[in-house]
Amino acid sequence: MKFIYQTWWKVIAVLLVFSTFITGLLFRVPRLPIIHETIRNLYFHVPMWMGMLTVFVVSVYYSIKYLRSGKEEHDLAAVECVNTGLMFYTLGLLTGMLWAQYAWGEFWSGDSKQNSAAIAFLLYCAYLVLRNSIDEEQKRAKISAIYNIFAFPVMIVLIFVLPRMTDSLHPGSGGNPAFGRYDLDNGMKLAFYPAMLGWSFIALWIATVRYRIRLIENKKNAIN
Amino acid sequence: MPLINMKKLAFLLPLLFCFAIASAQQAQPVEMADVLRSSGKIYVVIATICIIFAGLAVYLFSIDRRLKKLEKEN
Repeated sequence: MKFIYQTWWKVIAVLLVFSTFITGLLFRVPRLPIIHETIRNLYFHVPMWMGMLTVFVVSVYYSIKYLRSGKEEHDLAAVECVNTGLMFYTLGLLTGMLWAQYAWGEFWSGDSKQNSAAIAFLLYCAYLVLRNSIDEEQKRAKISAIYNIFAFPVMIVLIFVLPRMTDSLHPGSGGNPAFGRYDLDNGMKLAFYPAMLGWSFIALWIATVRYRIRLIENKKNAIN
Repeated sequence: MPLINMKKLAFLLPLLFCFAIASAQQAQPVEMADVLRSSGKIYVVIATICIIFAGLAVYLFSIDRRLKKLEKEN
């Protein structure tokens, strides 16, 4: 049976995320000014981006696969991965904004991390707009696959590279504490890694469910 | 005997002094949700989150199962 139809990894993902609710909220965390207990957002806000990243990587994989094989399923897998990724993207942005309200004083302060995340969000929205603007199926699949392959590295640079090179308030940028410093705390690793892994697989799971629905829809819409 | 004690004291006192300075240099205590945790109410929040996530997980599993049935029919 194919991996996406199996149940065991879905159960593991749920259990991993469950464990982080307990470890992430109860275990001791470093006492840092300004962020206080919101340091625990590391277990909930950051995994949203990890989940997004996972499905986007899978999406690029299927876009490349589509260009090589020309099989329609690969194109459908790529779209549904982007759809799921955008959901997690939105959750990441919203939780980040909520945190910014309390740590930085404003929901949106035009911080470079926030701005480039917004630009990358539009980049992926453009992918969906591009798809819907082309009627011919093979052309649509091919063009959007190429767009997707190019959009991914641009998104990576916008979200994970550029804010680190400029003055961003976000943890991990401009000398603000992030991984390096939290990593010293072994207690935090215990909740952080399961959260990253668990949420990645949850995102993947939702993407596979969407993909399977899409396959059925596609079959129904096909000309018999 | 008293000589040894004096020696010990001479060793311990500066050490204690150093410790006092080190702890005084630490930043003032950072405010955390200690009260909430000590009064045990954080467990309520954890339980709430767990219930919500359990519900969502069960829901996802049930969607998965329905989908499997549909896939078999097709």
